[in-house]
Amino acid sequence: MDLFQYDFMMRALAGALIIGLAAPALGIYLVQRRLSLIGDGIGHVALTGVGVGLLLNQSPVISAVIVAAVGAVGVELIRERGRTSGDLALALLFYGGIAGGVVLVALSDDASSNSLVQYLFGSLITTSPADIAVIAVLGAAVLIAMLAFRPALFAVCNDEEYARVSGLPVRALNILMAITTAVTVTIAMRTVGLLLVSALMVIPVAAAQQVTRGFRTTMAAAMAIGLVAAGTGVVVSAEADTPPGATTVILALAVFVAITIGAAGWRVVRRRAHPVREVEPPDVVLQEV
Amino acid sequence: MSVVTVRHAAVGYDGREILHDVSFELGAGEVVAILGANGSGKSTLIRTILGLTPLTRGEIDLFGTPQRRFRDWARIGYVPQRLGAGSGVPATVGEIVASGRLARRGIFRWPGAADKTAVHDALTAVGLLDRINDPVTTLSGGQQQRTLIARALAGRPDLLVLDEPTAGVDAGSQEAFAAALGRFQAGGGSILLVAHELGPLRPLIDRAVVVHEGRVAHVGPPPEPAGHHAEPGHDHVHPHAVPQATGICVAPTDRIAAG
Repeated sequence: MDLFQYDFMMRALAGALIIGLAAPALGIYLVQRRLSLIGDGIGHVALTGVGVGLLLNQSPVISAVIVAAVGAVGVELIRERGRTSGDLALALLFYGGIAGGVVLVALSDDASSNSLVQYLFGSLITTSPADIAVIAVLGAAVLIAMLAFRPALFAVCNDEEYARVSGLPVRALNILMAITTAVTVTIAMRTVGLLLVSALMVIPVAAAQQVTRGFRTTMAAAMAIGLVAAGTGVVVSAEADTPPGATTVILALAVFVAITIGAAGWRVVRRRAHPVREVEPPDVVLQEV
Repeated sequence: MSVVTVRHAAVGYDGREILHDVSFELGAGEVVAILGANGSGKSTLIRTILGLTPLTRGEIDLFGTPQRRFRDWARIGYVPQRLGAGSGVPATVGEIVASGRLARRGIFRWPGAADKTAVHDALTAVGLLDRINDPVTTLSGGQQQRTLIARALAGRPDLLVLDEPTAGVDAGSQEAFAAALGRFQAGGGSILLVAHELGPLRPLIDRAVVVHEGRVAHVGPPPEPAGHHAEPGHDHVHPHAVPQATGICVAPTDRIAAG
């Protein structure tokens, strides 16, 4: 592979692999508590952070992390307080985020529609050595937090009231999730792009759970699928000259479809081989009427 | 020593008072049932005792400590009415029950041998050890309820609080349930439960607290069922409103649904 003689390709690949692992490790909790689209919303907010960074001639990754984290914690506090009444507040925040980002980027020295597209859809050539260092450190932090606190995060996402009665620091854990969501969105924007970040958090989980039985195995399988899709996505996009984010997402979707069809086929084959259907024994003694 | 003491408790949401002046006590080793019709405020009462709903007036003590300063939550095992939001991500029976260990272990330590033993013991107590590796969604409603009681038992609590444990649960699971609660009480545990009617749990109950229109209408032995509730073979299953899961973020999802 001649392509990997270039440093920028190695950086793009390394960044993609880190995100491929970290995004599903976080995404599984978001899917579990039915927040599958929250990554998308935080991505909107992160764009304002990019605009701020470009305007101040600072690293857009760092300013995007800060703005997205503030936005994510705000979303969490709104969610905690009111239930449906927060809906409109969230919409305002998300649309304000993307509009603010577009305006700020336009005002900056780097004002070209091209730079905006890089952040929205990802690009192979924009990841600088400084960026990759930030991505590696933050990605590792997300991964460690998601794995180390798995039992507690699982409990909170599975049954928040039960977790509260257990005396768990529910709010702290929710804010941890909000901040790691913001961090993951931001570090993924270079490779996958802000508009497709959410896909890498959700699709590997959706694919894995077609065939898994437990939470732990789903998490492991989703991380493996994310890693493969992100790695292959970078290679294919370089060969085919397509945007890496969209290529990765299409590959992940292909894995989802393949697993879904494969699992359905396997069930048909097994049913033919063992025609006796598995019926749960009744819990009650059935009486003749 | 008193396990739960409620003194002149009043609770309300949005300016509407649901409980007006409720007082009762649960002693160590006692089994108390809170009875009442739908909307009588009996579920609100236990949610308030657990700290999920704030008091507007009155006081609650848990194990002799004012609820506001109570931190020893591992002593309380909560069994909600049904399994949480039940999202698409699969979870095994063992994984759900293992959550019950967090109150004892804390969030910074990983599960060890003691946790594994406690999970096995709890599943044995409710007769579901053979289902430990099965996805919890493949279980019947009654078996899911037993999973929730196993989760509470896994924390080795001193007090079990159950919200309508037998609502809509088949007779076989109700018997298994009653047996597990009986063993818990025999081991010195106290039980506070909310119910429409007691069914197979009836022999366990020491005292009933009947809540009617936000006040305590009766304390004493469980009253006999009245009206059509007393008919033989009366199967009392109410359509319960599914409480909105707290974990749902409405914004982006609603945006898609509305579009």
